[in-house]
Amino acid sequence: MNETATAATAATTSAALLELTDLRVSLGGSAILHGVSFSVASVGVTALLGRNGVGKTTTAKAVLGLYPSTGSLRFDGRELNGMPTHAIARLGIGYVPEDRGVFAALTVAENLRLAEPRGGGAAAYERVYELFPVLRLRAGQQAGTLSGGEQQMLAIGRILLRRNRLLVVDEPTKGLSPKVAAEVAHALKEVARSVPILLIEQNLSVVRTMAADAVVLDTGRVAHRGAARALLSDPALTNRLLGVSQAGAA
Amino acid sequence: MTTVILLTATGLGLAALYFLVASGLSLIFGLMDVLNFAHGAFVAIGGYVGWTVADQLGGTLGLFGALLAGIASGAAAAFLTEQVIIRPLYRRKLDQVLATVGLGLAIPALLQAIWGADARTWVLPGWLAGTVQLAGARVPTVRLVLIGVAVGLLVALRLLLTRSRAGLIVRAGVEDREMVTALGIDVRRANAAVFALGGAAAGLAGALFGLYQGSVSPGDGTSLLIYAFVVVVLGDAGSITGTAYAAVAVGLVQQYADYASASLGDESVVVLLAAVLLLRRRNLQGRPA
Repeated sequence: MNETATAATAATTSAALLELTDLRVSLGGSAILHGVSFSVASVGVTALLGRNGVGKTTTAKAVLGLYPSTGSLRFDGRELNGMPTHAIARLGIGYVPEDRGVFAALTVAENLRLAEPRGGGAAAYERVYELFPVLRLRAGQQAGTLSGGEQQMLAIGRILLRRNRLLVVDEPTKGLSPKVAAEVAHALKEVARSVPILLIEQNLSVVRTMAADAVVLDTGRVAHRGAARALLSDPALTNRLLGVSQAGAA
Repeated sequence: MTTVILLTATGLGLAALYFLVASGLSLIFGLMDVLNFAHGAFVAIGGYVGWTVADQLGGTLGLFGALLAGIASGAAAAFLTEQVIIRPLYRRKLDQVLATVGLGLAIPALLQAIWGADARTWVLPGWLAGTVQLAGARVPTVRLVLIGVAVGLLVALRLLLTRSRAGLIVRAGVEDREMVTALGIDVRRANAAVFALGGAAAGLAGALFGLYQGSVSPGDGTSLLIYAFVVVVLGDAGSITGTAYAAVAVGLVQQYADYASASLGDESVVVLLAAVLLLRRRNLQGRPA
């Protein structure tokens, strides 16, 4: 697959915080990523796009050290490859997985407590409750009994209690009603004002409102990287890379 | 009526032993996915170290010393096992089984080499050797002590799991270890702590099993481990309350069946296990099958 890089990208105008170089991942004997290289800017949102099964979640998990990989993963100049996941997280990389990763048997308050920094972080709690007031109301409720949207809010709210320098957020609006998806997207936009985000997202209307840069994967390789706006304003390119028409995606 | 009370009390005493062994096994399997076949060896170590202390000190002081020594030796053995043998094998399930089975065979052989193959008699303090009158039934005091210790452990573990941050990490880890690490928590430390905790409970069980039988022998842990595995399967790995219920069920069923016919005790446990496995729709860790 040819790479069609566009010139003007925020990744090139602002320093790269995370740089993936020739990242390769094999799982169960099958190669999933075949030398993925791109960078994530130190400000704003970088969208990681692509059809189902092209390696987006694998890339996110490799960044977090959840999958073994070869190649280079440099975060603020520091090599992540080979580091255990908890050490990577402690560098300030927060992760919201595709399945939300809430602990169903624990209460909302307990889920939050797991992520809270030493000393409690009262200010961080206030910020989370400001973004997602429902979490305060549901504090004593088991997370497994929350609606999908509330679980997503918990997953995002929980990671916001930590001192993040980069968030990796995987399909935050997947399976949510348009109203709840908009609420989650709005919260992430607020978060992105202070913390850069690597956003995996299928909903292109969310990508359009949030992302400055876009990286498109296809069968484990980077098929395109450039400004998100340029990609999404080119129906032919979007259709070719993502298999969706703009009318349908908007 | 007195027979029912006696059978119930002795059955609960047996259940207490099963709970002491199974609670650690359950936490280790639930949190770490490690089927630790060496867990019985921690029981045997606790029994022998406890017996040695009791033999040296004698009387009530020796008894309490033995219980503490059982806890400490079980915890130390389990911690070392996790650090040296299990840690390099976390992603290699088959190797874990082979290594822990090997250790479970080697440690009793080592104990036999040190203390001999014959059972060592455990002389109980006078107050513990007798019986207690309970609604007309004469219940052995040692059974009541076992029940008391098991209830104490259950309460302590429940408090630890529900009220402390360490317990929160363990409960979260049972559900999704990967996500716990992604929150910046070093699960390896939790693993080592849970292994040591499980070993401490096993070591305590070993010392108490010595009191229960009035002796210790190298195969003590192995014989208890079989029932402990049944309890873990019945009670859902990782659930302390479930383990307690399952231990009570197994202890009572076995005791009543033994009363009906001396050969029925073990068979009744197998029937109970088979019935539960056939009827329920969950895997060993309590998740939908």
